[in-house]
Amino acid sequence: MKKFVIAAAMSAIFSLPAVQAADYVIDTQGAHAFIQFKVSHLGYSWLHGRFNTFSGKFSYDDKNLAASKISLEIDTKSVDSNHAERDKHLRSADFLNVDKHGKASFVSTKVVPKEGENFDLVGNFTLNGVTKEITIAAAKTGEGKDPWGGYRAGFEGKTSINLSDYGIKNILGPASETVQLDLVVEGIRQ
Amino acid sequence: MQAEPQNNAVMAKTLRYNNLSVSLHWLMALVVFGLFALGFWMVDLTYYSSWYKTAPYWHKSVGILLAALLLLRLFWRFKAGKPAALPHQNRRLQQMAALVHLLLYLLLLAIVLTGYLISTADGRGIEVFSWFEVPGMGELFAEQADIAGALHKWFAYVLMALVVLHAAGALKHHFVDKDTTLKRMWWHKN
Repeated sequence: MKKFVIAAAMSAIFSLPAVQAADYVIDTQGAHAFIQFKVSHLGYSWLHGRFNTFSGKFSYDDKNLAASKISLEIDTKSVDSNHAERDKHLRSADFLNVDKHGKASFVSTKVVPKEGENFDLVGNFTLNGVTKEITIAAAKTGEGKDPWGGYRAGFEGKTSINLSDYGIKNILGPASETVQLDLVVEGIRQ
Repeated sequence: MQAEPQNNAVMAKTLRYNNLSVSLHWLMALVVFGLFALGFWMVDLTYYSSWYKTAPYWHKSVGILLAALLLLRLFWRFKAGKPAALPHQNRRLQQMAALVHLLLYLLLLAIVLTGYLISTADGRGIEVFSWFEVPGMGELFAEQADIAGALHKWFAYVLMALVVLHAAGALKHHFVDKDTTLKRMWWHKN
């Protein structure tokens, strides 16, 4: 609250235009955004991977965080765990079934502000043709002018999903049922 | 210097394949059957099968050795030629047999090549029984592992169908026509 007052006072004093809900495009072009996953290997270790191709946009208002929105579309074919044979398997009907469901998506429905820069991002996540509501524990990591004349805002978020919730039979063992998702998103203000 | 190398070739003047050709033919037949069966079986292994890692490792190792054998065989085929056609054989059937032989060679080449392309799409090499490693060339075209994988499978099925035709032809010559078609592809003392 204190912060809010100071920010409001500052903008009044310097007669800067009040920061309004602004639209941002996620900087996938410059690869300043990451959708990564991690899943237990046999219960002993972690396997990390990511989706290389996705796009998205968000609108974000520092003053009215709850009005913020984000949508993401992920090309499931672009799964990359740094191993061609494994990625081929991940794309197959055993896992992502990309021939049938080439896209995964997340569309936010609600933003619940929490302490500091933290908030819960609630929305519908679609994977393998199944849509479920998930909550991403998110936080703003920073925002400001970039050195090239633009304005950027960055966020990160974490959530986890169960394979079986999305019609993916877990053939990897009980420890691998839950997949953790890590999102890093940097948007360029339009 | 002979104008036509075919006339000078080792086998051109005989009616039978020489022992090197015979050895290559039957050894490769054995290896191809083995690799087909192994490949067919291993793709459905569960993650916790003790063969999950070993079977593909053997399949790839033997596959590379088969590729070497195939190159040797093609070299020998061009150098030594092939025996003259048996007399009193239907010319149409001879042409068909020759076409099947050509397709068998081409399919074998395509199968070892696509197999290589699956496993090396990420730049990894293919380890051959930890004797040596064939270096990978990375991704040469988009979706390499998936495309090569699909072709590898379908070429293998077509190969097996042609092998059935090839064997049926040989058995027909042996048991129905009672000629030496099959016998001339067997070892002999000079």
